[in-house]
Amino acid sequence: MQFMLLFSRQGKLRLQKWYVPLSDKEKKKITRELVQTVLARKPKMCSFLEWRDLKIVYKRYASLYFCCAIEDQDNELITLEIIHRYVELLDKYFGSVCELDIIFNFEKAYFILDEFLLGGEVQETSKKNVLKAIEQADLLQEVLRRQKVAGPF
Amino acid sequence: MSDIVEKTLTALPGLFLQNQSGGAPAAAKASFSSRLGSLVRGITALTSKHEEEKLIQQELSNLKAAVSAPTTTLKMMKECMVRLIYCEMLGYDASFGYIHAIKLAQQGNLLEKRVGYLAVSLFLHENHELLLLLVNTVVKDLQSTNLVEVCMALTIVSQIFPREMIPAVLPLIEDKLQHSKEIIRRKAVLALYKFHLIAPNQVQHIHIKFRKALCDRDVGVMAASLHIYLRMIKENSSGYKDLTGSFVTILKQVVGGKLPVDFNYHSVPAPWLQIQLLRILGLLGKDDQRTSELMYDVLDESLRRAELNHNITYAILFECVHTVYSIYPKSELLEKAAKCIGKFVLSPKINLKYLGLKALTYVIQQDPTLALQHQMTIIECLDHPDPIIKRETLELLYRITNAQNITVIVQKMLEYLHQSKEEYIIVNLVGKIAETVDTYAPDNAWFIQTMNAVFSVGGDVMHPDIPNNFLRLLAEGFDDETEDQQLRLYAVQSYLTLLDVENVFYPQRFLQVMSWVLGEYSYLLDKETPEQVITKLYKLLMNDSVSSETKAWLIAAVTKLTVQAHSSNVVEKLIQEFTGSLDTCMRQHAFELKYLHENVELMKSLLPVDKSCEDMVVDASLSFLDGFVAEELSQGAAPYKPHHQRQEEKLSQGKVLNFEPYGLSFSSSGFTGRQSPAGISLGSDISGNSAETGLKETNSLKLEGIKKLWGKEGYLPKKESKTGDETEAAPVPQESITMENVDQTITKKDHSQVLTQSKEEKEKQLLASSLFVGLGSESAINLLGKADTASHKFRRKSKVKEIKSGETTSAPNMTCSSFSSSPNVTYEDYLDNLQDRGDKELKKFSLSSELLDSESLTELPLVEKLSDCRPRTLSLFADNSMEVFHPPPSTAASAANETYLVSSLLEGTPEYMHSDLMEVCSNETLSVSSYKVWKDDCLLMVWSVFNKSGSELKSANLEIVPAENFKITEHSGCCLPVTEAENTTKNFQYSVQMEKPFTEGSLSGFINYQMMDAHSVQLEFSVNLSLLDFIRPLKISTEDFGKLWLSFANDVKQNVKMSESQATLPSVLKTLQRKLRLHVVDIIGNEGLLACRLLPSIPCLLHFRVHSDVLALWFRSSCPSLPDSLLYQCQKVMEGS
Repeated sequence: MQFMLLFSRQGKLRLQKWYVPLSDKEKKKITRELVQTVLARKPKMCSFLEWRDLKIVYKRYASLYFCCAIEDQDNELITLEIIHRYVELLDKYFGSVCELDIIFNFEKAYFILDEFLLGGEVQETSKKNVLKAIEQADLLQEVLRRQKVAGPF
Repeated sequence: MSDIVEKTLTALPGLFLQNQSGGAPAAAKASFSSRLGSLVRGITALTSKHEEEKLIQQELSNLKAAVSAPTTTLKMMKECMVRLIYCEMLGYDASFGYIHAIKLAQQGNLLEKRVGYLAVSLFLHENHELLLLLVNTVVKDLQSTNLVEVCMALTIVSQIFPREMIPAVLPLIEDKLQHSKEIIRRKAVLALYKFHLIAPNQVQHIHIKFRKALCDRDVGVMAASLHIYLRMIKENSSGYKDLTGSFVTILKQVVGGKLPVDFNYHSVPAPWLQIQLLRILGLLGKDDQRTSELMYDVLDESLRRAELNHNITYAILFECVHTVYSIYPKSELLEKAAKCIGKFVLSPKINLKYLGLKALTYVIQQDPTLALQHQMTIIECLDHPDPIIKRETLELLYRITNAQNITVIVQKMLEYLHQSKEEYIIVNLVGKIAETVDTYAPDNAWFIQTMNAVFSVGGDVMHPDIPNNFLRLLAEGFDDETEDQQLRLYAVQSYLTLLDVENVFYPQRFLQVMSWVLGEYSYLLDKETPEQVITKLYKLLMNDSVSSETKAWLIAAVTKLTVQAHSSNVVEKLIQEFTGSLDTCMRQHAFELKYLHENVELMKSLLPVDKSCEDMVVDASLSFLDGFVAEELSQGAAPYKPHHQRQEEKLSQGKVLNFEPYGLSFSSSGFTGRQSPAGISLGSDISGNSAETGLKETNSLKLEGIKKLWGKEGYLPKKESKTGDETEAAPVPQESITMENVDQTITKKDHSQVLTQSKEEKEKQLLASSLFVGLGSESAINLLGKADTASHKFRRKSKVKEIKSGETTSAPNMTCSSFSSSPNVTYEDYLDNLQDRGDKELKKFSLSSELLDSESLTELPLVEKLSDCRPRTLSLFADNSMEVFHPPPSTAASAANETYLVSSLLEGTPEYMHSDLMEVCSNETLSVSSYKVWKDDCLLMVWSVFNKSGSELKSANLEIVPAENFKITEHSGCCLPVTEAENTTKNFQYSVQMEKPFTEGSLSGFINYQMMDAHSVQLEFSVNLSLLDFIRPLKISTEDFGKLWLSFANDVKQNVKMSESQATLPSVLKTLQRKLRLHVVDIIGNEGLLACRLLPSIPCLLHFRVHSDVLALWFRSSCPSLPDSLLYQCQKVMEGS
């Protein structure tokens, strides 16, 4: 996978993850072009797009578009399921996730993504394992806070 | 502190089992930064982009102050980072915070570190310089006892890491492959995968450890290792064939549901893993029957098991089909896969339909009938409202294009082109159209019109090869000359019509094509005169929207047409207009035109009609200016030095710097030839032909490029073999019937569904029949007859034949030269050699060789003797396998007779004698022949005078006229009056040396004698001498070469274009060594160093390089004019060979 973008129906970027080194200028250009192209597509249309020499796979969940760029020989359908699995993970973590959860806790969304996809490849497909890793780190946060309250032993 | 962390970590599993259900998310929700919240809310409340910008700029300046304030705690820094990430996501520059992100990752506690690392991974890319500052932190965290820290470090390494710092962390990460926690092992594998991607050499030594990861008991680790394997197998599938069994076993287990239920996705076992494995198997089984056989079973099972009607099963099925068609075919599996494709294509779901088309596109080359089965669906997709579906359908059609359906398919493609605006699609599609049109165009008018459409739409974004190829096609033509003329005429007419349309702007490239064609082929017109064409071109020239590059093309066309025009008011107007132009290029063209216009004869010779394909011989060494230069020099002008040499001299004057002589780049200025003061006149030569010289330079390159790009050949032979089968006829009718049945059922269904649309249906069927013609079995025979003629017509003439014949004729040459270079070889050996080669051509020689054979007994000792008596000449050429025969420079009069015998004997083999012993003059009483002996220290000219008459000749005398450039010394007393007996020969020898380098000169002389009746006769003769006669190899070492190279001031650079067959280093070397007698000093890569000397001892060095089909030559010498002259010879040799 080359990159993943999450944007709203209004075209506001909510999350961006780049797995290929690009300059900021290029990133902005790509984002602008893609958001425009995807938003212009009608609901019944194909979830795949040929764009430059890449394949774009996108899916809309409520008001949020999830959009992945893959290479031509990659499997489009499984990419669609990657998006779905990510949404499932978010849903499980936030408890029926909505766009606002992602806006206000985007760093969490990033953490989850990093446990699921790493360097553009699927790292872990077991939902349980991904959430375990996230919760492990989150729990640490709790523990640290409690320790601070309690003071040094 | 770290103790505490460790303690808590050990307690973690218990803790989080209790809290698993909801505690953590709730906590996460509560803990978000309120300041981020207010920022987000503030932004959402705003309505205009301008307000947003103001707010964010305000926020950013606050943040800037905050992050650099010393009072900011790490905890506050963490919040700042989150807000910075947010601002950057909205498209604002937050680069001032990058360094603080790194600091946070370095100094923060776990939570802060986590945000720090995240910020780094979002802000920086792997080539960012700041990333180096992170390396230490990563190393430290990798060594931490805290699992979470190690995880974070591994996560960041797997995403971005500076390539040059890999050695710093590699051993640590290797260790982690043995870690007890599977999450650590998994991340370590992915980190190594990343390293493999960015620096494959650095992880080569741990390939064995990847195998261990593949066998890991944890599914996650094993799955991660597959990423590496997929990549490595993609690069080199043969190295991993032994793993096929393991992959098959794993896939079997996965498909059989042996993995933990955790890995199920919508009750399909580990789909990601399955797809990864299928891709690997596809790569391994490609073109490998034995490996493929191992996987037939598991593929069959995968196809069978994937029954569930869910996207994920289709994803697996799609991959399965892909694999089945990639590996060595098995009919049973192919059948099933074809059925699967049918499911995709016929699916009402648009995503599946798209993939069905994609799969069809992939398999169509193996199985064209599959497209026939689905032709109605394909037709429907062609008019699908979703452009992506349309696009994929066109891609599919492109692959089944043949001579019969091309017009329909190209029309569809053009329709699509007209609608689309995206540059990438236009470039891609235009290329495909141009390619199919080149191959299958049915007639001239269609060809030109389609190309016009391509040029109009493709405009200036299309690949430059397209117009170049088109022009070459026009220029070189096909086999039939009248056909060619018609095509050209049609092109000219159509362009004139296009130019008549008012207010239409054509792309610059199109205008360039037009101007070249009009310039070259307007003479074919009956009605319009060249003046009319010129007027049209003039109108374009005055148009402001035309670029200056195009104007150069236009004015070149005008120049060509001026030759044919009778009156030329417009030309004069044009000259007037542009000689004052501010554009220097245009002005130069205008001046050239002006001068040519004044000198019509020169113009006619320079710009002949319809000679674009003939090479113009250009004396690139500008030897015709030598006189002028000499004159100038004698008047005290400074000698010309090329730019780079001046620079070098400047540098060497400064300090003693040791410059590598061979690493010097051949600058592009080499292409324009020498930059000499005479550049203008050379330029004018070229400018007339600029279009086509430029063309030719790119041509041969892209011919390959295109073929490789589209890989069309794969399809054509298939088709042919298929039609071949069908002429045998047995299974054909059945097949076609079943196919028709399928068609009918499909159409029936359609009919029943929408009866009212029957008209539309009919149209579709009509379209289908025109599209899929040539694919079906009935029409296949048809195809064989028609397609061949059509496709041949528009294919480039193959030059293979010519090359072949060239090779065969050169073959005997080679054998002869190899013979002559080793004088100790007996004639028998020679004959054996001949027979061994078994070349047809060599039969020609049988006559002469029989002759040799019959005389061999008597000749043998003689040859040996001869070789004994001239060891010097032999040693010169012995190791240089040159095409030289050494005529005996016999000084003894007694040997003369024998010599003549030998040489006349060898006359039977024309290769030597033609070049060596030549009759220069004769009459009824005597004949004079001459040959050259290339001695080590001089050129020895030998004139043999043969008395044919039965009578004696009195006071015969041979004299050589002293020539300006030569120093001539006689050897034997030729001026003495000799009386010659009947049928004898007398040899006269002169050694010749060149005094001043020149390319060619002649040596003349005369012979006079008195007949019996005291009547004196004089016979004159002359011999041409070339510079090459005075060139000898110079044997020096590479070091000496380097020293000499730097010490020489005179040099010449030139690029010579060669045909592809000879554009290899060995063939160039051979030519240079043989024909020019250069000594090969060294070969470095694709560059060669050669050295020679001009007699007696003026050295000249050559440095050449072969790249693609261009030979870049660089001569240097101590003698000013030698490089030029040698270059000229070299060019001649390269053209001739």
